[in-house]
Amino acid sequence: MIRKLLRSVREFKLPSILSPVFVTAEVIMEVIIPFLMARLIDKGIDGGGNMDALVHYGVILAICCVISLIFGALAGHFAAKASAGFARNLRHDMFYRVQNYSFSNIDKFSAASIVTRLTTDVTNVQNAYQMLIRVALRSPTMLIFSIIMAFQFSAKLSMIYLAALPVLGVGLYLIMSRVHPIFERVFKTYDKLNNITQENLHGVRVVKSFVREDYEVEKFSGVSEEIYRDFSRAEKRLAFNMPLMQFCMYACMILASWFGARMIVSHTLSTGALMSMMTYAIQILSSLMMLSMVFVMITISRASMERIVEVLDEESDIVSPKEPVMTVKDGSIDFEHVSFSYSKQKNKCCLKDIDLHIPSGTTVGILGGTGSAKSTLVQLIPRLYDVTEGVVKVGGVDVREYDMETLRSEVAVVLQKNVLFSGTIKENLRWGNPDATDEELQHACRLAQADAFIQSFPDGYDTYIEQGGTNVSGGQKQRLCIARALLKQPKILILDDSTSAVDTRTDASIRQAFRDEIPGTTKLIIAQRVTSLMDADMILVMEKGKIHGIGTHEELMQSNEIYREIYESQQKGSVPQ
Amino acid sequence: MSQTNRPSRLPRGVMVPGATKGAGKNLKRLLSYMKAYWLQMLLVLICILVSAVAGVAGSMFLKTLIDDYIEPMLISGSRDFSGLAVALAKMGLLYLAGILGALFYNRLMVVVAQGILKTIRDEMFSHMQKLPIRYFDTHASGDIMSLYTNDTDTLRQMLAQSIPQIFSAIVTVTAVFFAMITTSIWLTLFVLAFVMLMMFVTKHIGGKSGMYFVRQQKSIGDLNGYIEEMIHGQKAVKVFCHEKETKEEFDRHNEELYQDAAMANSFANILMPVMGNLGHLQYVLIAILGGALALHGVGGLTLGAIAAFLQLSRSFTMPISQISQQASAIVMALAGAGRIFELLDEEPETDEGYVSLVNAVEKNGELTETPERTGIWAWKHPHGDGTVTYTRMEGDVRFLDVDFGYVPEKIVLHDVSLYAKPGEKVAFVGATGAGKTTITNLINRFYDLADGKIRYDGININKIKKADLRRSLGIVLQDVNLFTGTVMENIRYGRLDATDEECIAAAKRANAHSFIELLPNGYDTVISGNDSGLSQGQRQLLSIARAVVADPPVMILDEATSSIDTRTERIVQAGMDALMHGRTVFVIAHRLSTIQNSDVIMVLDQGRIIERGNHEKLMADQGRYYMLYTGMKIQ
Repeated sequence: MIRKLLRSVREFKLPSILSPVFVTAEVIMEVIIPFLMARLIDKGIDGGGNMDALVHYGVILAICCVISLIFGALAGHFAAKASAGFARNLRHDMFYRVQNYSFSNIDKFSAASIVTRLTTDVTNVQNAYQMLIRVALRSPTMLIFSIIMAFQFSAKLSMIYLAALPVLGVGLYLIMSRVHPIFERVFKTYDKLNNITQENLHGVRVVKSFVREDYEVEKFSGVSEEIYRDFSRAEKRLAFNMPLMQFCMYACMILASWFGARMIVSHTLSTGALMSMMTYAIQILSSLMMLSMVFVMITISRASMERIVEVLDEESDIVSPKEPVMTVKDGSIDFEHVSFSYSKQKNKCCLKDIDLHIPSGTTVGILGGTGSAKSTLVQLIPRLYDVTEGVVKVGGVDVREYDMETLRSEVAVVLQKNVLFSGTIKENLRWGNPDATDEELQHACRLAQADAFIQSFPDGYDTYIEQGGTNVSGGQKQRLCIARALLKQPKILILDDSTSAVDTRTDASIRQAFRDEIPGTTKLIIAQRVTSLMDADMILVMEKGKIHGIGTHEELMQSNEIYREIYESQQKGSVPQ
Repeated sequence: MSQTNRPSRLPRGVMVPGATKGAGKNLKRLLSYMKAYWLQMLLVLICILVSAVAGVAGSMFLKTLIDDYIEPMLISGSRDFSGLAVALAKMGLLYLAGILGALFYNRLMVVVAQGILKTIRDEMFSHMQKLPIRYFDTHASGDIMSLYTNDTDTLRQMLAQSIPQIFSAIVTVTAVFFAMITTSIWLTLFVLAFVMLMMFVTKHIGGKSGMYFVRQQKSIGDLNGYIEEMIHGQKAVKVFCHEKETKEEFDRHNEELYQDAAMANSFANILMPVMGNLGHLQYVLIAILGGALALHGVGGLTLGAIAAFLQLSRSFTMPISQISQQASAIVMALAGAGRIFELLDEEPETDEGYVSLVNAVEKNGELTETPERTGIWAWKHPHGDGTVTYTRMEGDVRFLDVDFGYVPEKIVLHDVSLYAKPGEKVAFVGATGAGKTTITNLINRFYDLADGKIRYDGININKIKKADLRRSLGIVLQDVNLFTGTVMENIRYGRLDATDEECIAAAKRANAHSFIELLPNGYDTVISGNDSGLSQGQRQLLSIARAVVADPPVMILDEATSSIDTRTERIVQAGMDALMHGRTVFVIAHRLSTIQNSDVIMVLDQGRIIERGNHEKLMADQGRYYMLYTGMKIQ
């Protein structure tokens, strides 16, 4: 898993290596400094003092400090650069991968979850990476070099430190291994708390209408109590960390003082050396402490790493073939014994054995209840999903043989869930055709009955659409989306319930415009309103994944009871014609 | 959604410009939460004191060790270590006290910090429940969420870490300062000068870093916004083969974030080695200066004194840089606390109502109150003279010349008058933004009127307790909100004391029973609020079942069946008709076929009722309703 992630380091390999190199150099300087200080004290102050020696060692030390500072700063700089760059590449790789996802890939992860993976999870990994290349190497290096230097001064005193290390190590391990599971649980409880809050924010009207404020407060308070209990438990255990560290350090100091004093008196140790030994004690023990913290950091970011790798590992299940067909002959559509299931389990089919042939230029109306698989049927045409069984042909060729971009630019779909992007109306329309002239834009909008309302905006076609298209009404949004699709000048146009928020009259005008202006385009229209499709050349009635009836309005009124039922329920009480 | 976006936490020592506003007031208020823990806080203070003193004594001990034991023995050549053993034992005891002190204050602080956080969280949530709908209209839910996540999190850091560390640092600094002065005034002055220099450097680098962190935060926001928009519209991107353009734009945002993040983190990372090595430099300079002073016999410095001073100087600069680092964390936390207090200070929904809803029994034409559920409800109306009258709740709703605007400058309802007699079905028809939903929002008092009156069974609704008013109204909204829990729990949300049988009966009536049966665990299937694998139509059926269980005398159906296809709607309609029987119902629907059988249809246009009457009358009038209904036929 980690190797897969590290593939995204790429051009930041150099800073990723330089950072630990400079860290090591900095550590060496930091270990040398107490050594030189011992000299400074022994030669310069001890035994009556010696000003020359003081200045001599003082200058060397000052230079060491400056060098150490430069190394430290460089290490920090490279670590920042490497981790920020690593994060950039990770986001880049994930985003590019997601762009290649098919619809079923996107359905598998929800949009919200992909967003979290691209943002929060990457930030977590970035922090862990920076920690890794800066501190993870620093601590063991510091530990080893400090021990080596301590041995230079006194092997005997160093043994005390060596004895203290396992005590601290085992202690830290015991504490961490007890705290970690509690923390993991706390994070889950946190999610629960956030979930309750979020649901209450979105459902505030429901809570208030049912007067469930107290009920919700009680629910929240239960989870809040859980967090309080677990967090307190974890942190109370964590509170042993610092005193444990102090215990080891103080014990080392007292023992070092006792044996050190004896050694000084018997002239086997200098005063300066004893003082430096104290510094090493702190360095050795605190680097072990740091190391334990790095481990915790990395285990915490483990979940984030897993989630990122999942996105990177996901293979798009729809790709263009090796030798693709690059032109679509005409707008004919053929379904040959097509079955389809979202879940790849053959027994849970959404579409069952569909056999359907639509000549180029036909207008097809599709009607059916919720869950009758109307949308699924049309989404197979531009190959948004691949069939489970059978063949879908466009222009007489299996859709799986086309170059995907070719196919999709000839088959325009206006999805049920309309999406406009932040930007001007013009920019949004040009998604359909980046090279469209202003005249072409206007023409498409006239067909979609959108020109009039766009002109009524003060900024006309340069009106800025807010994210999610919140500043235009539902009906306006739908018409803009239709215009956008028309700009592709497709051979096949699919409207998936795309005029539901448009009033009946405008709806009729749009259909009239289609008839007059783009007669050669095959048009598939899914709608709830019978009036929206009763004048189609061919009407499909879908029921539970099957075609229940097929024919013109008159034929279906005669032969299909579902169609008649829907028609009558919608026309009941209408004025006689 | 299980994860919330947490912006990357600021490293220590990084100052964010302009974060100090109102910090004093917020700190005071935050401290007032500690009052409940005064005993613990007192103990914490004592423990910190002990632990800090032990630390300082440790640095001073080196002087005693060298001057009082080692030097004399070196001179006299004696080998009597008993004095040293006693001194070390004393020191050991002091250290032990310090360790225990540290352990106790750390553990006590956990209780205090977590306790305060729990109080604040609970206060926030229960206060949030009391806020009027208007608050939620004007505050983005993401912003409110971040109060519960980011702001509480920084507060936790501050309470659990920053405050004790600052306490301890102040105690240490004070103790060390006195110890230093008694050792050498000249060296102390030098240390002070050097600390000033260090603080200057910290401020400079920290400020630079902070500037870039603000920029980084902005580019994170930009990039996240872009990612969110594109991923949510991913299917549109695919349909238009727009992947290339999307990638290019993404790369631009991504690159910008990289630049800012690299700069911000570079400065933050440089801070630590700079401070550390300045500390070393100070050490060296003190050694030279001290050595020079000792050699020239100024200030009577001994070797032990210099050694001790060197140790002390480290104990002095460390807590000072700690204080400056923690200060920025505290400033950040206080800014968060400020936002939390803003929520807590929001004016709650007022309720001056005094008429309440009670169960009643009718005896000899007279209503009396009863604790049991009888199916008869009455408004209990206390009067100024101490008498109480009971009015039978029937569901008679009247609007008298109502004006209303979400903001005072923009009136959206003009002069609306209407009446709904008990058991009548009243429908609202009109374009988006005509004011249909607004009218229903006024009945349950989500908003207050600008002018005019609404009477419910003859009582001005301002006099009715809001909770009782709302309990008497059932509501089914277009946007269905379910809550994480089982299907059964979600239905029971309508009436908490409903039995399983009642819930299932309600589901049957709403025509939800058949699909619930097909769920993996039937009624015990756990669904999550937003993303449940149920279709929009199924969710709507559940919300209808929820309203059925509540069994209120007045129902408001706001586009309740818009996500259900016409055929299913007709099946649900049967259940709904049964549900509506004998109740006053307000219906909003854009599918006119569903409201044809209403007793009254109101056609709204730009906040005014422009037509009213039943279907036949409105069709005969050939006005707006006629146009809407016949659609294309009029041309």
